[in-house]
Formats: sequence, structure tokens, C-alpha cells
Amino acid sequence: MKIIELKDVSKTFVLGDSPVKALDRVTMTICQGEFVAVMGTSGSGKSTLMNVLGCLDRADTGEYLLEGINVSRMDRDQLAHVRNRRIGFVFQGFNLLPRTSALENVELPLLYSPLGLGRESRQRAVEALTTVGLAQRLDHEPSQLSGGQQQRVAIARALVNQPAIILADEPTGNLDSATTLEVITLFQRLNQRGITIVLVTHESEMARFANRIIELADGRIIKDRGVGDAFGEESSP
Amino acid sequence: MKWMKFVGVALKSIAKNRLRSLLTMLGIIIGVGSVICLISLGKGSQADIQRQVDSMGTNLLIIRSGSASRRGVHGGAGTQDSLSMADARAMDKNLASVAGVSPVISVQAQVIAGAANWNTRIQGVSPGYPLIRNLELSRGTFFAGRDLKVKSKVAVLGKTVADELFSGQDPLGTRIRIRNVPFKVIGVLRAKGQTAMGTDQDDVILIPSTTALYRLSDGKTVRTIMASARSPEAMEQAMAEIRALLRIRHRLRAEERDDFRIRSQTEITSMATRITGTLTLLLSAIAGVSLLVGGIGIMNIMLVSVTERTREIGIRMAVGARGRDILTQFLIEAMILSLLGGGLGIVLGLGIAFGLGRIMGTSVVVDPGIILTAVLFSAGVGIFFGFYPARKAAAMSPINALKYE
Ligand SMILES: Nc1ncnc2c1ncn2[C@@H]1O[C@H](COP(=O)(O)OP(=O)(O)OP(=O)(O)O)[C@@H](O)[C@H]1O
Ligand SMILES: [Mg+2]
Repeated sequence: MKIIELKDVSKTFVLGDSPVKALDRVTMTICQGEFVAVMGTSGSGKSTLMNVLGCLDRADTGEYLLEGINVSRMDRDQLAHVRNRRIGFVFQGFNLLPRTSALENVELPLLYSPLGLGRESRQRAVEALTTVGLAQRLDHEPSQLSGGQQQRVAIARALVNQPAIILADEPTGNLDSATTLEVITLFQRLNQRGITIVLVTHESEMARFANRIIELADGRIIKDRGVGDAFGEESSP
Repeated sequence: MKWMKFVGVALKSIAKNRLRSLLTMLGIIIGVGSVICLISLGKGSQADIQRQVDSMGTNLLIIRSGSASRRGVHGGAGTQDSLSMADARAMDKNLASVAGVSPVISVQAQVIAGAANWNTRIQGVSPGYPLIRNLELSRGTFFAGRDLKVKSKVAVLGKTVADELFSGQDPLGTRIRIRNVPFKVIGVLRAKGQTAMGTDQDDVILIPSTTALYRLSDGKTVRTIMASARSPEAMEQAMAEIRALLRIRHRLRAEERDDFRIRSQTEITSMATRITGTLTLLLSAIAGVSLLVGGIGIMNIMLVSVTERTREIGIRMAVGARGRDILTQFLIEAMILSLLGGGLGIVLGLGIAFGLGRIMGTSVVVDPGIILTAVLFSAGVGIFFGFYPARKAAAMSPINALKYE
């Protein structure tokens, strides 16, 4: 089942008088249950792509269908709803609220859902934190957690509303190799539970955990292959 | 209520950013507190002065004889012997707009009572005088018309004089000597306190005007006549009638100037109002400056935290907050801070005002309008500068808010 469909999606940034085509007519499809790694050199448009997928930013042209629904035509409030219910987003820099406990950070998406804050939201936040192995760190604030732990809190937050998709932009970019392994196996576990995962990485070590690798250059997809195809083969035009 | 859940979020946010919240509130507290304190004290002293002017008498008119001019040299007011007892009697009898008239014959004299003695002001007045000057007796009686006719040697003592001469003993019925003339004490006035200028109004002895004129003065010079108009509205009319009557009685021709001067309490009041008005204006200006300083303080704190807040808003939007969720939270937060700060400012301002009022002996007049204005202004500044950056951030795309520097 197709969960993400991009058709001719472009996005151009204009800095001064030199326009940068961060995404240049990207067309692709991601199906439910896939674990996709997005790779490419710095400045190739990976973050831009993730932000569009995560409804954090809009494409200039083209269509984006999420679970069959055209997201490109949604207004701001509808996009907020999509971010809240359909997508979990994990940032390179964690983006946790400072001076706020792990539990409250994980509860945050529930505040903006019909559930609201209460006993049930707390329960679900505890579950999510347990999933990422932080059941013992509920009351710790970000400053009291290691980078890997902070990123796991961020992943718990992405999980808490039980989204179909988790998008992660260089989730291990700020972590050492041991913690990177921890985090990546966590993603793998979530993927085995049926959650579709798209993550950006620079390291081919990590890309190995994915079952599909998309490579970008200058805002275009230059390679798209299943890991099963082994490295080197191309499957898209 | 959907927005209710953001009250908790706002409260938490206030608690988490304790220093920022405190500094914001401090701006509001300083602004509101100083305005309330200064204006309450200003209005209080204005009321004090007004009360003192009022206590001079009821619808008081003061007629003084004019200045004598001999070969072009003018003396001061009262140097010309133009007024007489007969003038006072005529005013009392003939003028409809006048409620009471009393000549005032003032003499400074040494007074002896037993072993004590005291130098004070003796005023010869008529029985109408207490009404004109709003005087009340704490003991005994005032003299009557008969006493005037027979030039009785009776005296009514001011509180200060009674204390000085009798130090707590009952002066009623005792004899005192004024310039060696014996007088019987028949009454004591209730204390009136000091005038705005600091004169002790209780340091006085009242005796019948005729007695004063013939026993203690030269038998003819009346420098001052006090009268009271029937009502505040009748002041103008009373002045006009008195002027017409005196001009006829003094046989002044049309081209001749008045040989007397009439001053009304209204004039004195307006002078006092002018003085206190200036005072209040000055205090208001200072208060305005503190309000502004407080406002700038609030503004600074709010603007300094814009980056942090914008990022926080970015995070909230990234996990699904809508623009209106963000605005509700920040509005509630700003309002809570403003209300808390405003409340504390009111308490502090009033506390200091009443404390200073007690120390300085001035009254404190609380003006709800001023309190409201000060609170609204500070709250407005707080809400605007707390809310405006939030509004801007909520209008950004989440990714731009997250990247905000
Ligand atoms: N907000 C922006 N304003 C202007 N140009 C931008 C903006 N965001 C991205 N770009 C430009 O768009 C291009 C793609 O940027 P993007 O962040 O998507 O790259 P990336 O593949 O994520 O790189 P990296 O691996 O370094 O994170 C770059 O040339 C970048 O300079
Ligand atoms: Mg990037």
C-alpha cells in the first residue's frame, strides 16, 4: 500500500539573487512498512525533502499525497493535524523543550490531540518511553540526559500518537558510534512493528539497516534501490 | 472549555521560566506600584489642602479696609480706616445674600491666668462668628448679642490657649487677665489644627467685638469684616451687594476707587487648587516616567526571550500545535503575569502610599480610575510584547520557527 507519493515536487530557495533548487521535480513512492534511508552529499536537498514529507514546510510545486490524501492543498490547521496524528518527526538536534521533563516532552503531542493531558496521556507517554528504554528516566530534563537518551526521548515523542510514519533527519548526526547503533536498532524494531521509517543519514553503515536507499544530488533522486539489490544497481529511471 | 487546558500549560511555562516571569512582573509591579503610590499621595495632599481651605469657613467673604495713600505713597491693605462697626451692622441687617457678619478686631496681647501667662491673638468678634468660620465649642457657651451691647468681659479660649494657661484643668468660669483687664472664661473651642501655611488656628481667644474695640483697641478701627454668603452660589451676589452697600455708606463717587477689598473663599480655593494641581501634575509626570520605565523593562525581557520562545513555538507546532493553540497559551501566560504583577503592584503601591502618608501625616486618596489605567497600561505592554512575538512565530512555518536565530 502506498503511504507517500510525491509527484514532480520542487522547492526553490532564493538567497539574494541566486535561486537554489533544493528539490527539483522529485517523484517517488514509499509503501507502508518500508525502511528507507535517504543519502546524498551535503546540500543535496535531503533536509528539504524531509521537511516537505513531514509537513513542516511546503513544496513550491508538485503534489504530495499522504495515505492517499493530497497534503499540498491543506491549510495550516490541517497540516498541524497531520503532523500531530500521522507523522512522527525526529530531528538531528532533538528539539526537546528545555527545563521540561522527558515525560512532559513526550506528552506534548497529546496536548494538541483530542486526548489532552491527563492520566491517559501520561500512561501513553510512559509506554512510549518504555519502548525506547527510558522507563527509568521519566523525570529527567534534557540537560540531565545524554545525547543518545535525548534522542530516544525525541523518538518516544514521535511515537506517542501512534503515527504510521516516522521521519528522521540525521537522527544520529550528533551521536557517537555506540549510541548511533542503539538508536538505529531502535528504528529497526519500530519498523518491525509495521511503522514506515524514512531516515536521512550520511553513513552507509546505517543505511545497511534500511531496506531501500534513495540518493539525492542537487535536489534530484539519482539512485533508488533496494538493499536486497546490493550496492550499485539502480531501479528507478 | 477548550482553552482551559492551556491555563495549566501557561502556568507551567511561567514556573519554568521563573526569572523571565519575575522580571516581566517586576516591570509591571514597578509601573503600577509607583503610579498608584504617587497619585494616591498627590490626591491625598490635594484633599488635605482643600479640607483646610474649607475649614476656614462656610462661603467665607473677607472684607478688609483699603490702603491709605498719602501724597502718592500707598500703605498696605488695612492701613486706611475705612471700615466701621456700623458697616458690619448694616451688612448684617440689609443684605439678603449674607448669612452672617462679624467684624474681626485682632490684637496681640499677653494673657495671664493665675501663675501662667501666654502671648496670643485676641479677636473681637460677634456671635455670628462661629457660624462664619465653622467653629464649634467643646465646652461652655459662646457670647450672645447682649454681651456685645454691654461690652461683657467674657472670653472663649482656643484649645492651645486653654492648654497653655490651664494645662488640663477646667478653665470654665475662671478669670484671666488680658492686658490687665479681667475676663471670665465662658467657653473653649474645639481644636481645628494648623492652617495650610502652618499657623495654629487654636492659638486664639475670642471676645465680644465691642469689648475688644473699646477695651483693647482704639475704639474705632475695624480692619477686617468677615461675612458668609447663604450658599456657594450666592457668593458672587453677596460680593456685589456688599460692594454696593459699602460704596454708598462710604459715599464714594462713581469715579472713585473702592476703599476696601473683598476676597472670597473661592479665590483662596482656586489658588490652593492651582498649587496642588501643579503638585499633582508633577507627581503624575514622575509616575508616568516610572510607568514607561516599567514598560521598557517588560519589553526588554520579552524581546530578549524571543529567540527562545520562537524555537519553543517551532517545537510545539512541529508536534501538531495549531496557530490558535499557540496564541491561546501565550495570551493566557501574558495575562496571568499581568494580573499577578498588577495585583502585586496595587498592593505594593497602596502599602507604600499609606505608609508614607502615615509618616508624613498626609491623607491618601485612592482613585480606582488611576489604578485601572496603570494596570491596563502595564498589562497592555506585557500582553503586547509577550503576545506579539508569539503571533509572529505562530505565523511562520514550523521549520522556520525551529531554525529562528
Ligand atoms: N531556508 C533556506 N534558505 C535558503 N536556502 C536554503 C534553505 N534551506 C536549504 N537551503 C539550500 O537548499 C539546499 C538544500 O539544503 P538541505 O538542507 O536540504 O541540504 P541537506 O541535503 O540536508 O544537507 P546536509 O547534509 O548538510 O544537511 C542547500 O543548497 C541549502 O543551501
Ligand atoms: Mg540536512
